[in-house]
Amino acid sequence: MESLSNKKKVLEQKPLSFMERMYLPAIAKGMGITISHLFKKEATIRYPEVEREFSTNFRGMHSLKRDENGKERCTACGLCALSCPAEAITMIAAERKPEEKDLYREEKYAATYEINMLRCIFCGLCEEACPKEAIYLDGPIVPADYLRKDFIYGKDKLVEAPLEMKK
Amino acid sequence: MDSAFVIEKFILVAVIFGISLVIAMYSTYAERKVAAYLQDRLGPDRAGPFGILQPLADGVKMFMKEEIIPTSSNRFLFIAGPGLALLCACIGTAVIPWGSPVLIAGKTVSLQVADINVGVLYIFGVVSLGVYGVMIGGWASNNKYSLLSAIRAASQNISYEIAMGLSIIALLLMTNTLSLKEIVDQQHGWRWNVLYQPLGFLIFMVCSFAETNRAPFDLPECETELIGGYHTEYSSMKLGFYLFAEYINMFVSSAVMAALYWGGYNYPGMDSMAVWLGPTWAPLFGTAVFFAKICAFIFFFMWVRWTIPRFRYDQLMNLGWKGLIPLAIANIIITGVVIAIIEKF
Repeated sequence: MESLSNKKKVLEQKPLSFMERMYLPAIAKGMGITISHLFKKEATIRYPEVEREFSTNFRGMHSLKRDENGKERCTACGLCALSCPAEAITMIAAERKPEEKDLYREEKYAATYEINMLRCIFCGLCEEACPKEAIYLDGPIVPADYLRKDFIYGKDKLVEAPLEMKK
Repeated sequence: MDSAFVIEKFILVAVIFGISLVIAMYSTYAERKVAAYLQDRLGPDRAGPFGILQPLADGVKMFMKEEIIPTSSNRFLFIAGPGLALLCACIGTAVIPWGSPVLIAGKTVSLQVADINVGVLYIFGVVSLGVYGVMIGGWASNNKYSLLSAIRAASQNISYEIAMGLSIIALLLMTNTLSLKEIVDQQHGWRWNVLYQPLGFLIFMVCSFAETNRAPFDLPECETELIGGYHTEYSSMKLGFYLFAEYINMFVSSAVMAALYWGGYNYPGMDSMAVWLGPTWAPLFGTAVFFAKICAFIFFFMWVRWTIPRFRYDQLMNLGWKGLIPLAIANIIITGVVIAIIEKF
């Protein structure tokens, strides 16, 4: 039948010619191709010693940011937890006491802030939802571990190092 | 028989046995490295510098693994199979002339364990015995895949042995001897048999790929159809024995090919080298040349394995019976006619 799209190609199944039945020319050609790969640069990256460079929009481990005075930006509004499609984020809010003024920027802050790295799909929606620019997925790859409980990252792992420690 | 002779032979046997085991061990490493480089990868590089200790790590792993013998298997034959495979692979090295006689401490030592006058026949006998290891193992496993694999191995070996034997007859017409030592000595300097018997060599080489169950003729152990083939049920060092036997077979058939067709320990300019190096070092250099040829063949085996896809079973049989056997017979006739003409005039 006439093909409507004209895209159909009918392949002929011809019996092998004498040269093809000898196998040798094709084998020689194939061996030539494989031996040329012997001299090519290998694509392997020796991982623990050498690391592949990430692209600029790579999304890795989360970090909770501090402002220019070293105060935590997060105000525990819960928008990140709400936006998280994997429900990986939980937090408990607390009210800032007067003596903690240098630690937290807003009057409300996250007393605990946990991300379950086994649930997280690294979509970056928390980053987009955050009104305070407090969370960014700018870290490295989340390392492997043995126990499920060790994948729940608290503030000890997530909050950025204080300013003086950074220097 | 004096004791010096016995000691000399004993040392030679031990050395050759050790060398063939080490070469087989490092063939597994080389195989992985060659495969990796042909595929733009790196291959094993964690155990020691460049992964040079990988075979040792593999050996330790093989020994440490749990040994499983299926309850429905024939226990005696199940254990005998891998042992027989390894034994047949190892005894092939006995008749291969590794070098011309060496002068050591005022004594001329032959670098061949046994110079029997039917060396070629012995090699053929041992090689065809090798398939019993596969057959017994495959049958004793009491597993359909293993049995199918054993059947394949047996019929493949029988089919290709005919072409192999016929291709060697053309060579024997020229050499007039079955002793491997004499065949090698006749190829002194540049007069390698491959220059006179290129077709015979090609047939012999294709057949030795089939005899050693190497790709593209590795039908007895093709994963896609038969899981692991005859060694599906094997674990621990018994599996190791089978894999080891394959690599020793590869080493032996490389040595046979190098000795029969590629001049063995002969190389161009060997006479002037013999004068220059003296009666001790010149034969040892020849042995080194022989091993270089063997290694080149082993590399070739691996190169082919990572290039050519596996033959289908009917293609294998077609190639063997309709391709190689008529070609080998034609080769015999042509060789015979040419020899007759040369002798006449």
